[in-house]
Amino acid sequence: MSEAPQTEPRTDAAPRGASDPPVPPAGRAHATARPMRPSMALLRKDLLLERRTPEAVPAMLLFSVTTFVLFHFGLGRDEVSGQLAAGVLMVTLLFAAILGINRLFVSEQEEGGFDGVLLAPIDRTALFVAKAAALFLFLTLVEVVTVSAFAILLLGPSPWPALPGLAVVLALLNLALAVVGTLVSALAIRTRARDLIVPIVALPMLVPALIAAARAAAPLLAARGAGALPTKWLAVLALYDLVFGLLAYAVFDFLLED
Amino acid sequence: MYGKGLRALSLATFAALTATFALVFFYAPLDADQGFIQKIFYVHVPVAIVTLCAYVVGAIFAALHLRTRDRRWDLRSYVVIHIALIFNIIGLLTGAIWAKASWGHWWVWDSPTLTSFLIVFLLFATYQPLRFSIEDPERQARYASVFAVMAGAFVPLNFIAVRAATATVHPRTFGSADGGLPAQMAWVFVVALVATVLLFALLCAYEIAAKQTKWQLRALRRRLLGGEAVAPLGRSAAPALGGPDGGGVSAGGGGSAPRAARNPAGAAS
Repeated sequence: MSEAPQTEPRTDAAPRGASDPPVPPAGRAHATARPMRPSMALLRKDLLLERRTPEAVPAMLLFSVTTFVLFHFGLGRDEVSGQLAAGVLMVTLLFAAILGINRLFVSEQEEGGFDGVLLAPIDRTALFVAKAAALFLFLTLVEVVTVSAFAILLLGPSPWPALPGLAVVLALLNLALAVVGTLVSALAIRTRARDLIVPIVALPMLVPALIAAARAAAPLLAARGAGALPTKWLAVLALYDLVFGLLAYAVFDFLLED
Repeated sequence: MYGKGLRALSLATFAALTATFALVFFYAPLDADQGFIQKIFYVHVPVAIVTLCAYVVGAIFAALHLRTRDRRWDLRSYVVIHIALIFNIIGLLTGAIWAKASWGHWWVWDSPTLTSFLIVFLLFATYQPLRFSIEDPERQARYASVFAVMAGAFVPLNFIAVRAATATVHPRTFGSADGGLPAQMAWVFVVALVATVLLFALLCAYEIAAKQTKWQLRALRRRLLGGEAVAPLGRSAAPALGGPDGGGVSAGGGGSAPRAARNPAGAAS
């Protein structure tokens, strides 16, 4: 799908603030073309933007903690465990991710970032990789706080034994959210009703990932203490990541043609 | 001009459907423990199979559209997904009726087929709103194809995940353990499946012919009455093949049409 060979490492999409290294001489650039470099520049730009004007991450954090409070009153329980705990955590993270997915391309759309990427002599999928990586990192950051808040506010059993397994499940879930979220975000950003399109498309598409993540995390959060990590569900989640990762990588080009 | 072979296809579908209903009611044996209600199986299961296959076919057409830039593939993908959505609703309703009759509840979460059917329906139900919210017809076609490719891959993945998550009580009519269907039932089922496939193909062929005829009519009216006499084009979820002057419908293949053809039927759905 990618037609532009990445011989030119310089990207103009990075803002002035980003500490861009000087452009290497052309001959050297051809000899040592680094395919990930445009993606890294774009990712650095996104992280810098979020650091200077925090927008998506604080919103996702507040949203998740509020949702735990809502679950406390909605379920009428002081503590949850097992499948219920896994469900509450994963559904909250899924909905919080929708907020981030909604915002992911807003700056590109409003400030001309798309044009920058299209004008730069780089592969368009560099933008996909950068955005998916940014969303992955945002989600990881959110989860560090959210899972702690969940353990304090709602979780019955001790969170420590579950932590390594939970980290694996959440990493795989984040990958699914990042890949599908980036694609849906790019799909919706130039429609007339993007805030409506993102949740109605992303939520059904993420159902298999949610099923697998919630089932995989359930034994970890069991009231009797953390059980073994169910490999079946990790495999389903990994398969989901793989299939949608490859597909999104293949079709992302077509969303950036005008 | 358009709709070549529609008559033959219509007659074949009519004959197949008549044969199916005759066989279902007069030839197929009554099920030992479910009785008469089991006969809904000959509607429900073929419809479900055709729906899922049609979504995958729609995804393949969409991929062909992305590959060749031929807008006719977008039209085919749109029509296949449109009819598949209708079949999906029929499948959900007949499934609910069968669930009520054999398990006593309208909805059974334990049935992976029914559950994944609902999820797939919820996903594909967003296809038309997505199309409708994009005004530029060329981008609409492209974005819709990207969505269709992803959603087509979603169908089998979703089925795997849901099936793994449920303890199955769905009537495994093709169950390998108990020897499967009796020969008579299997035979009737094959006829029902063929009839359903024919019905699906017929509905798709009719919708494609209707859309092309509508565009052709519009082009002719513009040529006859002048550009002002024909109402301006509105926003639509349906793909457009017509050129800016409404002409060139039959040649509409590779060319990108800057404006949409008005299509109230497609927009309403």
